[in-house]
Amino acid sequence: MTGVKVLLMLGCPEVPIQTSIALYLSHKLNKSGFDVTVAGNDAVIKLLKVSDSDGYYVKKMVNLDKTLEDIIEKRLDFDICFAFMHNDSGMTFAATMSAISQAKMYSVIFGRNAEALEEAIEFDCVKIVAKDVHNPTRLKNKLDKVMEEIAK
Amino acid sequence: MSCIEQMKYTIHLQKTSFKEAREYIEKNSDEVYYVSPGYKIFKDYYIIGVPPIAVGAKGNSLIFPYTKPCHGSFVLSIDNEDSIKEIDRLRETDKGKVTTSVKKSKSPASSGAPLASYGDMWKK
Repeated sequence: MTGVKVLLMLGCPEVPIQTSIALYLSHKLNKSGFDVTVAGNDAVIKLLKVSDSDGYYVKKMVNLDKTLEDIIEKRLDFDICFAFMHNDSGMTFAATMSAISQAKMYSVIFGRNAEALEEAIEFDCVKIVAKDVHNPTRLKNKLDKVMEEIAK
Repeated sequence: MSCIEQMKYTIHLQKTSFKEAREYIEKNSDEVYYVSPGYKIFKDYYIIGVPPIAVGAKGNSLIFPYTKPCHGSFVLSIDNEDSIKEIDRLRETDKGKVTTSVKKSKSPASSGAPLASYGDMWKK
């Protein structure tokens, strides 16, 4: 999968499992040869930089607003996007990404409102859902299966 | 930070869902236009949203949704020379326009009817 461009689009980092899953997913995809970029707001970027201070798990970190602007202006695009969401804003950003990008969309839905969010999604995507806040194991296991499929 | 945050704006709704923001704009604007995600307003704000995205005009004010990852969706309005230009631009484009009289009845966005035109607009 060398050269396949993957965007991990992170939402508000207030739900703990987001950061750990983002680090895990980025690392696994990087090891499989994907070209992975992680996008988020300032809080997301700071959390990732402190957690992964040597850039071992995340090779590329970018500002979310700037990334969307670049996609809209056709300066950039991705082949695959994992859109993380645990609230309405995350879903709104993912719907925007779905509309402006050619990327195949994977919605990573977690947190206490995961089921309601899953039902609210109207754009075409693969949904990976785990109603968890603190324990990332179930979401990790579901993502492992998705990554196996993608790597085929 | 987009230019919006440095402009003089009015907050009509805050920390709400995008759907509620859309409904507020549809109910509280003289004219409602529907734009695609990423539609650029003012100098550098690209609208984030779930299509169809309602943008309204009320007098010289442009009413629009503004979404932040950690704070939900807002409905903002801006009334200045630039908002007049933006409203004129929407009128010129005039796609998916819903007038006040029409929106008092069921608008396409809330009727549950197929949204062929809006769907086609953002899926392309």
